[in-house]
Amino acid sequence: MPKLEKLEVNGVVIDDTFAEAFGMRATAVLITAPSRKWALQAAASMTGFATSVIGCGCEAAIDVELPPSATPDGRPGCRVMIFAVSTDELQKQLTNRVGQCVLTSPGSACYAGLDGPNQLKLGSALRYFGDGWQISKKLGGKHFWRVPVMDGEFLCEATTGMTKEAVGGGNLLLLGESGAKALAAAEAAIEAMNQVPGAIMPFPGGIVRSGSKVGGKYKGMMASTNEAFAPTLRGVVKSELGPDINGVLEIVIDGETSDAVAAAMSAGIEAVTRLGAKKGAKRISAGNYGGKLGKFHYHLKDLLP
Amino acid sequence: MKALTFTLIAKPPERLDLAPLAPQRLAVLDRHAIEKIRIGQSKRASTVGDIFRVAGSDVENMVFDGGSDRFDCVAAGMTEGTVRVIGDVGAQAGRGMRGGRLTIEGNAGPHAGSGMRGGRLEIWGRAGDHLGAPLAGELAGMAGGMLIVRGKAGDFAGDRMRRGLITVLKGCGNHAGCRMIAGTLVVAGTAGEMPGYLMRRGSILLDRAPRNLSPSFVESGAPDNVFATLVDRHLIAEGILKRPLLGNAPLRYGGDNAVLGKGEILFPR
Repeated sequence: MPKLEKLEVNGVVIDDTFAEAFGMRATAVLITAPSRKWALQAAASMTGFATSVIGCGCEAAIDVELPPSATPDGRPGCRVMIFAVSTDELQKQLTNRVGQCVLTSPGSACYAGLDGPNQLKLGSALRYFGDGWQISKKLGGKHFWRVPVMDGEFLCEATTGMTKEAVGGGNLLLLGESGAKALAAAEAAIEAMNQVPGAIMPFPGGIVRSGSKVGGKYKGMMASTNEAFAPTLRGVVKSELGPDINGVLEIVIDGETSDAVAAAMSAGIEAVTRLGAKKGAKRISAGNYGGKLGKFHYHLKDLLP
Repeated sequence: MKALTFTLIAKPPERLDLAPLAPQRLAVLDRHAIEKIRIGQSKRASTVGDIFRVAGSDVENMVFDGGSDRFDCVAAGMTEGTVRVIGDVGAQAGRGMRGGRLTIEGNAGPHAGSGMRGGRLEIWGRAGDHLGAPLAGELAGMAGGMLIVRGKAGDFAGDRMRRGLITVLKGCGNHAGCRMIAGTLVVAGTAGEMPGYLMRRGSILLDRAPRNLSPSFVESGAPDNVFATLVDRHLIAEGILKRPLLGNAPLRYGGDNAVLGKGEILFPR
């Protein structure tokens, strides 16, 4: 493919490349609690160890915080999204995570966070914790389960929606003169991308420093370090890094729809270029597999602000 | 299209069974055929044309202009559309409704909403005994939908209720929610003797402490209750209540322990 003329915005070079992403299954739940602190705590517990389907079974994060006026019970809350590669795995992860992390959290309640024709069990799977004392309630066309617990009741909607239109693996690579500058750029990007509804960045704080390639030299390794973007291997392997790059960070994006992924990537690029090369990244790139594996391609030049 | 309107010509000389005039049953009939439907319950039964002046053609939007306590089974078995009654109705209004919306702008007789399975039945005035309840020999009463009485309801409201939501805004008679199987019965105003008598499951939500409760109910404290908040918000959103009924931590009584004991009566502390 012929290279376009070098593209540069506020000193930040944008590579003529694209991020390659894959179709996934996704669901969402709304978690509420007596206070914002406990809503976020339940969500944080539920989305712990959910950075990558490679080792965690799913990818999950808080999509958006919700004020009391936007939740079904008028309490503070947040919307959590979970992504997985199959419906069965998504159901398993949803049941386990809500059961172990939300049901157990003081004062919590859990509602469907996604509409759609495909449904996953939520309260319908967790109600058995009530040991026969659970109560089924239908209100306003919705079905709830009330499970008696030690601080009162855990109220949980019976099912939540699942989408088959979700996309996982959108990404941005931020290349900086130093690790600190790459981190500054990534933090600016995450702050902007967190404002985009329907998209999550599942890695710690939304940022990943150990970008990977498929497979490795050792048997059984599904993924291993992406040496082409590792500064310490520059000169040793075929590197993608110039001599001025000493730190690279990646942001991985999962979206309820392809548009959500594109919007989040666009918001990230806009934030990084606004920060500029002096304070942040000198280059923005993206990871792909040559376009042969993933159905969704996000060309950086199409996402420029 | 103009609403299909049945204007009452004179007070009915006999009890009328208006079940044949449910919207879905009239969809395939022209006005002439409608006027020939027999609705009287005596030996020489009256027809629609004897009792009503019929106008309009939109069966999805029906109006009974004028009512009577001899109008039995109004919109019984209704599945879709809207029916408005400008006046009173007799027994079994909306019995077996499965969908649509029935509004009675007057009083209703006994067994209103009996065996309802869906839809919305709203009574602006009073409702008689056995609101939403089964007829003799039937095992279960209301099994879905929303039933609203803006006036007072009689005795045995919600008897053997199985699913759905009944709201009574100006109090009710004795034994509200007796023998309930499940579902939710809301009563604002004074409830009579022994609400929830022999209820197995289900929820009775009151805006005040009941004046008389069966001794087979036991107090279960007043922990935070998200369900109470949800119900309050739902009733306000539906335009049924103007302010919360229960608050977020109502007092709870569990019972009736004379039977299964998995029901509850909630009311504000």
